Amino acid sequence: MCLAIPMKITRIEAGGRGVCESAGARVNVDLSLLDQPRVGEYVIVHTGFAIERLDREEARAQLALFEEIAGLMEKDEPARPA
Amino acid sequence: MNRPDLLDGFRDRRLAAALQRRIAERASRLPRTPLTLMEVCGTHTVAIARFGLRRLLPPAVRLVSGPGCPVCVTDAGFIDAACELARRGMVLATFGDMLRVPGTAGSLAEARAAGGDVRVCLSPLAALEWARGEPGREVVLIAVGFETTTAPLAAVVARAAAEGVRNLSLLTACKTMPAALDALLRAPDVTVDGFLCPPHVSAIIGAAAYRPLAAAYRRPLVVAGFEPLDILDGIDAVLAQAGRGAGEVENRYTRVVHENGNPVAQALVRAHLEPEDAAWRGLGVLPGSGLRLRPAFAAWDARVRHGIEVRPGKPAAGCRCGDVLRGRLDPGECALFGRACTPASPVGPCMVSAEGSCAARYRYDRAPADGAPSHNGRTGRRKNGRQKR
Amino acid sequence: MKGEAILLDHGGGGRLSRELIEAEILPRFGRGPLAGLPDGASLTSRMRRLVFTTDAYVVQPPEFPGGNIGHLAVHGTVNDLAVCGARPRWLSLAMILEEGLPLALLRRVLDGVQAAAADCGVAVVTGDTKVVPRGACDRLALCTAGIGEALPGFRLGPPRIRPGDAILVNGPLGDHGVAVMAAREGIGIAGAPRSDTGPVHRLVAALGELAGQAAFLRDPTRGGLAAVLNEAARAARREVRLDEAAVPFSAGARAVAGLLGLDLFSVASEGRLALFCRAGAADAILARWRRLPEGRGAARIGEVARGRTGRVVLATVAGGERILDVPEGELLPRIC
Repeated sequence: MCLAIPMKITRIEAGGRGVCESAGARVNVDLSLLDQPRVGEYVIVHTGFAIERLDREEARAQLALFEEIAGLMEKDEPARPA
Repeated sequence: MNRPDLLDGFRDRRLAAALQRRIAERASRLPRTPLTLMEVCGTHTVAIARFGLRRLLPPAVRLVSGPGCPVCVTDAGFIDAACELARRGMVLATFGDMLRVPGTAGSLAEARAAGGDVRVCLSPLAALEWARGEPGREVVLIAVGFETTTAPLAAVVARAAAEGVRNLSLLTACKTMPAALDALLRAPDVTVDGFLCPPHVSAIIGAAAYRPLAAAYRRPLVVAGFEPLDILDGIDAVLAQAGRGAGEVENRYTRVVHENGNPVAQALVRAHLEPEDAAWRGLGVLPGSGLRLRPAFAAWDARVRHGIEVRPGKPAAGCRCGDVLRGRLDPGECALFGRACTPASPVGPCMVSAEGSCAARYRYDRAPADGAPSHNGRTGRRKNGRQKR
Repeated sequence: MKGEAILLDHGGGGRLSRELIEAEILPRFGRGPLAGLPDGASLTSRMRRLVFTTDAYVVQPPEFPGGNIGHLAVHGTVNDLAVCGARPRWLSLAMILEEGLPLALLRRVLDGVQAAAADCGVAVVTGDTKVVPRGACDRLALCTAGIGEALPGFRLGPPRIRPGDAILVNGPLGDHGVAVMAAREGIGIAGAPRSDTGPVHRLVAALGELAGQAAFLRDPTRGGLAAVLNEAARAARREVRLDEAAVPFSAGARAVAGLLGLDLFSVASEGRLALFCRAGAADAILARWRRLPEGRGAARIGEVARGRTGRVVLATVAGGERILDVPEGELLPRIC
């Protein structure tokens, strides 16, 4: 039960509230579960709350790892007849 | 990285195919097959079905759904109590998932059709807004969920208390995942070789929460995200561990999950809720596996405020949800599946919840009515205890 | 016109009724068959075969980003005629108004009808207005009927569907349903995509001499693409295969769908067309569609397979496979 999508914080308001955006869609999000959120950070939003940050560097690194795996797998593939 | 890559990048077909090949290679070297993996997260259940990932796995890898849907593991008696509150004229705020779950005598949707003020909300904050805006009404929030949802619920109680909003209360059925994993690992009739741990529960509780389980049972416990590449990568990680005989906690969702989770969320939950024994459909009563509001917040506890008791309900005759939730029964093997029990007329919660195993199977992968194999090669029914292929 | 809101008397047939017609209906629709306000419109057609359709519109809220119920009523009726292989010509418009409806809202809706009709080249030739007491309907409902002239060369229907047929759509799917859901009170999503409400009849006419290559046409409204494809697959008793990566969705629709837990395959579009055609004609049809504004995003999304399963199978973006089922009942926002 974790329907959650990555969103970017675009505005921070008083009282732990803020606005997050994804592809133009904007929602009010409660930021009180995060420690010192900042505009521009990416977060995972669940039931109107940001439950954690999403680290884009880690995301980049993980995708790079998948690319590496793909490279290895493709190298090992036997040559196909033309 | 622009935003599209955060989603699309983790759905890339080429990268998925590479992970698929790696899984197949590892599976071919496994000492013992089939290897059974269980996921315990409704979002995983739906993602696997929606992206058709089972089709990418070799026969040696068996992917099973466990008790990952909090709606599905909620006892029928809870729905009865909720419907009773609706009958008493209160405003019921509920997430959409709970609306059609059958209790012993009807669902919340039926209570609404009979005149009850049952409102679907996307966030528990809506319940707080309704309570503020309608001071003459009692608002009850149906508070069902695992740790991902419990933290927002605790935040709502904190806000209600701080603002002095008294006409809001929570009817809670909050549950904690590690206790369920422990029960499954202990159960003699459940054979699972490794687990995919729930991504957003783990974001709250941290990968560290699973370490006692790995130490006690020596089975791979891999935290994996819910995008297709994350799930395939998680399966690959379980296979890698199985291949070398390891049984460790591994966090593969490092872009969101930290070793110690979200301390702010954990502190908020601890401040407002305390452990209790909880009844899980399919697993029985698990000690300390639930969370209820602390006595200091009794004013916001619907059980206390409205004197309502949640009595155990009776599952419908023939309903096998309990076995499905333990991973003992494949949805297609239930005699009611697709006949007496469909999303349009569900018998049990696994078919009506958007994240239930049976609902996911029915929507995305059921065999045609004439009994021909589903496009994943499985038939709907089992004969003589063996799966027809 | 005096006053700011619709009164019961506006539907009573007396002085106020007449004033409403003279102030709001005649200036917008009073040329042509409606001049002189006959009880029925006299029409002349040179075509032997006519197509006739009817529809009702109760969308809530009646105004949404991208349009209003007036635009929708015209586009929906025009499109129902278009998917029957007809050139839309004449519309009727009956309105049921709730007592207390703000006149300003009614004017905007009628402006929508007028603008859409002018853009589509159709005429509103007859109509009716009724007012019901407060609470008897939710602001307003519209009922239309439409007559079109059958275009030459079209023979459409599930029996015409063959294995190997290509499936085409004219643009991103689901924007209308997403726009309307996001505009509902309490949802709290701003910046959602605008409704895609629009006509598809020019796309049908653009087939021209290729009309005979078309087997089946439908606009994916309620129930979305999933409903249309399942209807075709079941009626033709063939398997339909879709490539998810080829199905166009706007980024905004995907974001809102992600927030609400919606499956965009089941969400309505109101300016889209799904066409089953012979594979050999697909490229030519796509080229013609892409020259029209309403066909800019046209894409080939799948094909009809030999299998007799009557189901729709989706090759997912991740390379897996699953069924695309008919949607169940009312779409409920999920949180899980």
